[in-house]
Amino acid sequence: MNIDAIQNGIVIDHITAGRGMRLYELLGLDALDVSVALIKNAVSHRTSAKKDIIKIDSDIAINFDVLGFVDPGVTVNIIRNGALVEKRRIDMPERLTNVIRCKNPRCITSTERAIDHVFKLTDRKNKVYRCIYCETKA
Amino acid sequence: MMKRSVIDILDLSLEEIEGLLATAQDIIANPDKYAHACARRKLATLFFEPSTRTRLSFEAAMYELGGSVLSVTDAASSSAAKGESVADTAKTVSCYADIIAMRHPKEGAALVAAHSAAIPVINAGDGGHCHPTQTMADLLTIRREKGAFSDLTIGLCGDLKFGRTVHSLINAMARYPGNRFVLISPEELKLPSYVKKDVLAKNGIPYDQTTSLEKAMPELDVLYMTRVQRERFFNEEDYLRLKDSYILDMAKLRAAKPDLCVMHPLPRVNEIALEVDDDPRACYFKQVLNGKYMRMALILKLLEVEV
Repeated sequence: MNIDAIQNGIVIDHITAGRGMRLYELLGLDALDVSVALIKNAVSHRTSAKKDIIKIDSDIAINFDVLGFVDPGVTVNIIRNGALVEKRRIDMPERLTNVIRCKNPRCITSTERAIDHVFKLTDRKNKVYRCIYCETKA
Repeated sequence: MMKRSVIDILDLSLEEIEGLLATAQDIIANPDKYAHACARRKLATLFFEPSTRTRLSFEAAMYELGGSVLSVTDAASSSAAKGESVADTAKTVSCYADIIAMRHPKEGAALVAAHSAAIPVINAGDGGHCHPTQTMADLLTIRREKGAFSDLTIGLCGDLKFGRTVHSLINAMARYPGNRFVLISPEELKLPSYVKKDVLAKNGIPYDQTTSLEKAMPELDVLYMTRVQRERFFNEEDYLRLKDSYILDMAKLRAAKPDLCVMHPLPRVNEIALEVDDDPRACYFKQVLNGKYMRMALILKLLEVEV
């Protein structure tokens, strides 16, 4: 399947196969009024493994924390005038602010107005994030 | 001046805990020296859920330092009932007081207050999460009764699942070498696996789990009893079934070491028979008094008062 190359925009590559849709939702791409392609199960030229790819035909601000949380290791390619100007590999962020919400009904975030939902990385190896208020696992 | 708050016992380094223990012991030895240390300073006690003994302890601590107290005992039915956020309450109280002690049913509430307040905040209990000054009381009790924090076999008995005092004490004692824990609880109230994994296993601390207080008793140096708390259960039936799982009485205490230190964060319901109170191994009322001394030491530290 072929999707046209973009002139100015962002390509999120090397997404673990199956996680593309979650990223699409968490990045709020459904609300964008620009062309967005979500390609599932593309075959990597390099490794022949399956991966997902998101192409956004606009140079929008991307929340890298969302990428690093959902799928550490994805790459973000910034395209300007049809050329690759920046390539970044996204690692797990130390803190996540307003990416996910604390599910603990006893947590202060369940009642306090205008509070940021903040999680911190407490165990990199096992990818464990905990709410900074009640320490509940994400 | 950078204001400093204490939300979790782990906010304090080992050196700082040693410093607080030393101050508390100096207060015990020389109370007059501290009688005016906090003159013209005000402590605000903001209690969004009732806890008479913790509030009284903080207030007694501040009065004994020569300070005064602004007490809000029904914060939940006043400002919060009008819809005020914890953040706004903390900002408002910062205009009146020099330090806040806050109790709140929601986990993390004290951290929210600390982020917004212009003055130090002491967490006086945030739901089932942390209660650092209780742990400080526990540490001073162990120090005074056992002399050291190392090479002790510490039995924790009762509600180890929701019991925040237990989690906090484990966190605190895990930083000292050579200790061993015996976790005594019904199946339903076992210590959460994340505490076992992230604290005990991670630090290589040996522990045993048992449902029998009698079996564990002979080897213990410290026995920390806890109450099964009604307010931590969503289901009344579960509470009624589990509330009397363990009752310490003289018959059970006969198998214990002669220098066992029996502790309890209080209030007790049925967990310790009244007959135990007269035994020299009962340390839970000393623990209450130690709590006041440690709160005095903490208030002095956070207000940066040199005596």
